[in-house]
Amino acid sequence: MSRKQILYRLLQMVLVLLGISFITFCLVMLAPGDPVRQMIAGNEDIIVSQVEIDALRHELGLDQPFLFQYTSWLGRVLHGNFGFSFMMKKPVLDALLETLPATIILAVASSVFMLVFSIPLGIYTAVKQNTWFDYLIRGLTFAGVSVPNFWMGLVLLWIFALKLGLFPIVGGSISIENLILPMLTLGIVMTSKYTRQVRATVLEELNQDYVVGARARGMNESYILWKEVLPNALLPLITLFGLAFGSLLGGAAVVEIVFSWPGLGYTVVQAIIYRDFQTVQAIVLWIALMYMVINLVVDLSYNHLDPRLRKAGR
Amino acid sequence: MENLINGFKHNKAFRFTTCLVLLLILIAIAAPVISPYDPLEAVMRNANMEPSLQHLCGTDKLGRDVLSRILYGASYSLTSVLLLVAIIFVVGTTLGVLAGYYGGLIDTVIMRIADMMISFPGIILAIAIAGVMGGSLVNAMIALTVVTWTKYARLARSMVLKIKRRDFVEAAIVNGGTSPHILWTHIVPNILPLMVITAAADIGAMMMELAGLSFLGFGSQPPAPEWGLMLSEGRQQIQTAPWLMIFPGLAIFITVVIFNLWGDALRDVLDPRQDN
Repeated sequence: MSRKQILYRLLQMVLVLLGISFITFCLVMLAPGDPVRQMIAGNEDIIVSQVEIDALRHELGLDQPFLFQYTSWLGRVLHGNFGFSFMMKKPVLDALLETLPATIILAVASSVFMLVFSIPLGIYTAVKQNTWFDYLIRGLTFAGVSVPNFWMGLVLLWIFALKLGLFPIVGGSISIENLILPMLTLGIVMTSKYTRQVRATVLEELNQDYVVGARARGMNESYILWKEVLPNALLPLITLFGLAFGSLLGGAAVVEIVFSWPGLGYTVVQAIIYRDFQTVQAIVLWIALMYMVINLVVDLSYNHLDPRLRKAGR
Repeated sequence: MENLINGFKHNKAFRFTTCLVLLLILIAIAAPVISPYDPLEAVMRNANMEPSLQHLCGTDKLGRDVLSRILYGASYSLTSVLLLVAIIFVVGTTLGVLAGYYGGLIDTVIMRIADMMISFPGIILAIAIAGVMGGSLVNAMIALTVVTWTKYARLARSMVLKIKRRDFVEAAIVNGGTSPHILWTHIVPNILPLMVITAAADIGAMMMELAGLSFLGFGSQPPAPEWGLMLSEGRQQIQTAPWLMIFPGLAIFITVVIFNLWGDALRDVLDPRQDN
């Protein structure tokens, strides 16, 4: 990618983020009833005085015309002021920064798990296509992509925490023993999906003409695989990995709930239940930002991995 | 249609999986007849009974028969997920076709929104939309439609752009065909097979996401016998009554497997360009 292309991508990213910020801003309007009253009261049945409501409404600029509300909100957000969380009794930004590590740890741990298993399995089943091992792995991964991850989580919890007593039942904090089960849950589901993608990608490369040519010239199979096929298969796999990692950031919400893992997904669901809308907005926006940055990094990594692009970029 | 009948005759996998899908639908329709108990009737003295001959899947904390609830849940979950996929299919395809056919401003507006939705994880937005609007099945379906239509719109648009340049469309334009006529007789029939394949392959995934929202409490509400909701109720009693979470989850899993297999088989039958 040339510098111009990178600049274009960044500009595009800013535009998309603006759009997403608008959507998240509008989210609050979807709430039935008076959102401001709910922000103060949460889901508790307490009496909120009109004075308090008016004060917060004024503070948030919600007594002004719609577009003005949006721009003033956006201005505050750009200054890092996401508002005050009535649920956690602290500024939203602080709460966000506290929950962020949990989500990142879980996402990284389950991606490592996924890579360790899916890459060897995917390559091996592609090379040994239509053998019993290939059928076995295909069957298992098919089951893996069809199982709801929250149910898988509950079953693992039941077997390993309740029946075997190997892990604590109630999580709630970041520790190795609390991490293992949610990591396994996400890891198994992601491994199933990614193994199939690795297998398909490697198979596609194996059917290319250059492989036939290399075989015809009598080159060693393992040389063809390691030096020719895998480097070519790497690029699509990195894109797919970027998407998988990104989806872990948001898609882990349900699994975080099952294991009370205190990450972004867990917090966003709590915040929704508590009607803490400013926290909800902040988390949605934050996840969008992380997802886009990851995809940008993936695109940039192409530059280093694909010599054709490097040349074109100059 | 001809392809489907041929596929049914000659493709063993398609025949088998279609029968499984029909069996599922039959179970859903016949739920009132085959269910041993009323899924909503609480019998407190039977609360939390383990699976037994009287109650094959046990009973929940209100003494409701879990098997009956799962059977009724089949009609509830299947209807809602099929309706959801149909809505997404219609909304996405229509917008995509309009964007591809008319181009210009319509295209720009629709596709920029689609770009935006695709560039971040949809499920978190779906959770936020459904949650903020308040938990109900309708709101969960709206939320999932909002985050999923873009996939269909992009696919439909790209196919329309290709077909628009084909000779028979040009001929129709030269012959003075009106836009609605061209769309209905020349374009839509040509993009439909691939769109249907996509929709069929999506049923399983949509079922999991809808169940996920219900599991979080942002979808179906009690006392509906919906599988995701039953799982969420069962989760609270995982220590004392694990059967409450095992059987509904198994029901989701089996249904998703069947629809995924069927989706794969349907693709083989309908898509002539597949080589293998």
